[in-house]
Amino acid sequence: MDGAAPLFRMEGISKRYGGVRALEKAELVVEAGSIHAILGENGAGKSTLIKVMAGVVAPDEGRMTLDGREATFASPGAANKAGIVCIFQELSLVPELSVADNIVISDPPKRFGMIDRKAQRRIAEEALARAGAADIHPLALVKDLPLSRRQMVEIAKALARKPRILILDEATSALTAADVSKIFAVLKRLRSEGLALLYISHRMNEIAELADQCTVFRNGRNVASYPAGSKSDNEVVELMIGREYSHIFPPKPTAVPAAAAPRLEARKLSWADRLHDISLTVRAGEVVGLGGLDGQGQRELLLAFFGVLRGLGGQILIDGKPVSITSPSVARDDGIGMALIPEDRKTEGLMLPMTVRENLSFAALDRLSKAGIIDRAAEQRLIDDMVGLLAIKTAGLDIPVGALSGGNQQKVVIAKWLMRQPRIILLNDPTRGIDVGTKQELYQLMRKLADAGAAILFYSTDYDELIGCCDRVLVLYDGAVKRELVGAEITERALISSALNIHGEDSPVGLGVGA
Amino acid sequence: MKDWRYWLAEQRGTLLAFGIFIVMFVIYTSNHPAGFTANVVQTAANKGVLLAFVAMAQTLVVITAGIDLSVGMIFLLTNCLASWLVVGTPMQTTLGVIAVLAVGLLCGAINGAIVIYGRLQPIVATIATGAVYYGIGLLLRPFPGGSVNEDLADALTGRVFGVVPASLVVLLAIVLVIWVPFSRSVLGRAAYAAGSSETAAYMSGVPIRRGKFAAYTLAGLLAAIGGLFLTFFTYTGEAAYASGNSYTLFSIAAVVLGGVSLFGGKGSAIGAIFGALAFRTIGDLLFVFDFDPLWQPLFQGVILLVAVSLGAFALFRVRNRLEWFL
Repeated sequence: MDGAAPLFRMEGISKRYGGVRALEKAELVVEAGSIHAILGENGAGKSTLIKVMAGVVAPDEGRMTLDGREATFASPGAANKAGIVCIFQELSLVPELSVADNIVISDPPKRFGMIDRKAQRRIAEEALARAGAADIHPLALVKDLPLSRRQMVEIAKALARKPRILILDEATSALTAADVSKIFAVLKRLRSEGLALLYISHRMNEIAELADQCTVFRNGRNVASYPAGSKSDNEVVELMIGREYSHIFPPKPTAVPAAAAPRLEARKLSWADRLHDISLTVRAGEVVGLGGLDGQGQRELLLAFFGVLRGLGGQILIDGKPVSITSPSVARDDGIGMALIPEDRKTEGLMLPMTVRENLSFAALDRLSKAGIIDRAAEQRLIDDMVGLLAIKTAGLDIPVGALSGGNQQKVVIAKWLMRQPRIILLNDPTRGIDVGTKQELYQLMRKLADAGAAILFYSTDYDELIGCCDRVLVLYDGAVKRELVGAEITERALISSALNIHGEDSPVGLGVGA
Repeated sequence: MKDWRYWLAEQRGTLLAFGIFIVMFVIYTSNHPAGFTANVVQTAANKGVLLAFVAMAQTLVVITAGIDLSVGMIFLLTNCLASWLVVGTPMQTTLGVIAVLAVGLLCGAINGAIVIYGRLQPIVATIATGAVYYGIGLLLRPFPGGSVNEDLADALTGRVFGVVPASLVVLLAIVLVIWVPFSRSVLGRAAYAAGSSETAAYMSGVPIRRGKFAAYTLAGLLAAIGGLFLTFFTYTGEAAYASGNSYTLFSIAAVVLGGVSLFGGKGSAIGAIFGALAFRTIGDLLFVFDFDPLWQPLFQGVILLVAVSLGAFALFRVRNRLEWFL
C-alpha cells in the first residue's frame, strides 16, 4: 500500500450550508482492494462527504485526487465516468421505469442511436445475478417492488456501471438478513477483484465483519483512522460522540404505572403482508418504544392506529373499549384524542409555504372556531402558550414555516398536535435530522407529557433514544413483535440482537449508535 | 418466464384506449347511414388525425410531468403560416413545408428553453407563449384566407390504393419516424425518468435537461404537422382563437383517455393517438343518431368522464390511504 499513490485522496475538504458547517478540512484516503468503513453520528458529515465524492455537492474548498491526478466532478454523471459510483441512502431509482431500464439508466447500450433492449436485458440480468438478486424480473416496474428488493436493484445498478470505487451509504438498512449475507459475499468478492469500497453503516457487527480500515467522523472532521479491529467498540463510540451522552435524557419514573386499563391497546393487528398479529398496550403516563431495523412495520403500525390503513385485521381498544378508527380525523376526535407526529415533516406534517401561525392551528381549527369563524383571540392565546412551552425560535408567527430550522419545524409539528391536548401521542422517528439541543428538549417534553397523563408510542431508528426515553420497548421484526424489553433490559445489546432476530444474549454483536 | 405479463401491464393504458376507440367506432359505423365504407373511414380519419397530432405533441410534454397549453396555438400559427408558404411549384411547396415545420420546432424549443432553463412552471410559461404564438398567427391572417398547394393537399387527405386514408398513412409514418426513435432513445428515456422522479434521475446522471428539451421541441414539431394537415383539409389559414383553445384542451383529454399519466413518467403517444381518435368518434356519435348538435358538448363531456373514471378504479384497491395523494 505504501509507496504508490492511493487510488483516491481527499484533502482539506470543507463545505458549509448557510451557517451550518457540514465538513471542515476533512481528509480521506481510499486504497484499492480494501473495504473502508466510515463511522460517525448523525450530522457528523458522512453524507456530505460522500456527496462531494459522488459529484452531487461541490466542496467550498479542498482538493481531490484520483490515481494521483487532481479530480473535480461537476455532476453525478461525471463522477460515474471516473469510476466512482454511490448507492445513496435515499434510493435513486426511477419508479415508473422497469428494473432493466433503471440498471442501465446512466449509460444505456445503444444500437443505431436507439437503446438496444436485448443488450439492456442481458446487462440487467448479469448485474442482478452478480448482486445475488437473480429472482428479480428485469421487466418488473420498480414501483411495484418492495423496499428490500429495490435496494438490491440499486446495488445491481451500481455494479452495472463497473465502478472502481463503490460507496454504500446505509445500503443494508432495508435488507432482510438473507439479503445482507448475500451482499456481504458480493462485497468481499468485489474487494478481491481490486475495487475500493466505502462502507457507511451504523451496524457495528457489519463493520466488524467487512471492514479493513475505519475512519471516524465528528462535527465535519475526520477524528481518527485505524485498522479495523484495533479498537474496542467502547473506544469507537467515544470517538464518535466525543462526550458522555447518557445525561441528555430526563430521568425515568422509578415505577411504571400499572393496574389501570391501558389507554391504547391493540389485539392481533394485521395488515396486508406488513403487519402480523401485533398485540400491545400503552398505559397513561407511559412511554413505549418501537424498535427494530428500519422498515419492519413500525410505520405501518402507527398509521394503522391513526386510521390511515384500510382492510386492517384485529382490534384497537381505547380505555378498554373497542373503537373503529376510519380516518385521521376520527383518530384525533375527542373520544379518542390521538395525535401522530409524522415521519416526514416536510410533506406530512407541515405546509411549508404557509405561516407558522396557520400551521400551528390547522389541527385545532374546529376547537378554535364558532360556526366556522376562527376566534382569533383564542387562537393567539393558545399559540402563545405553545410557542412558550416548546421554546420555538421564530422571527415571527407570520413568516413561512419553511424558513425555520429543522429542529424548530419539528417543534411546530409537535405544537400543532399539542394544541388539541391529545391523550395518545404517536411519534414516528421525530428526531431525525434535528440538532442535539432540540433533541434534548424533545426528550424532556415527551417525559413531561407522559407525566401529565398522556400515553406515548414512540418509534425511533436511534437506539440511544429508545434506551434513554422509554419505559418499555417492543422490537419489531418482519411485521411482528419479536421481543418486549422492560426497564433495565433495554440495552443496546438486547435491542440490536432482537432487531437482527438473533437469539440469545451471547451472540457476537457489537454496539450501534445513532441511526 | 412471463414477459408478456409485464408487457401487458406496461401497455394497459394504450390497449384500453384502443378498446374504447374500437367500441366507439363500431357503434359509429354500424349506425352510419352509409355504413363501413372507404368514404366514411376517410372522413373520420381526416378529422381524427388533426387531434391525434396535437395529442401526440401533448404526450411528449406530459411524460416529463409538464403540460403544454400552447400546442393548440402552435397548431393555429403553423396553419396560418402554411396558408402563405405552402404554395407554388413543387420546389417552393417543399421549402414552404420545411419552413412551417421549422417554425413549429422553434416554438417548441422556446417553450422548452423557458421551462427548463428559465425554471418557469410549464403551465404559466405555455399560457404566455401560447398567447404570443396566437398573436403572430393573427397578424399573419387577420381574416381567414390564403391558399395551399392543392395537389399535395388532395394527395395527403385522399386515399392510397383507393381504400386506405392517406392521412392515416402519414400518421403511421410520423409515429415510426418521430415517436418510436424518441421513446427508445436515451433522450426519450431521460424524459420519462425526469417525469417519474427528477431527483432519482439526476442522481443517476441522466441527461434530464436535454431529455426535457427534446420533448418540448418535438412537441412543437408535431403540433406543426397538425397545423399543416389543417391547412390541407381547409385550403385556408385562420387564426380561430376558440378552435386553438379547444384543441389544447381536447389534447389533454385525449392524452388522459390514452392512458398517459398527468403526473408524468408513464404512457405512450400511441395510446394518446387512440385516445384522440376515440374522443373524435364520441363527438360524432350524436350525428349518426340524428340528435340535435346542441347536445354534443354535454354528451362528449359525459362520455369522457365515464372513460377517465375507468382509470380511477385502481384507487379502490389502495389499502394505505396515504397512497391516494401520491
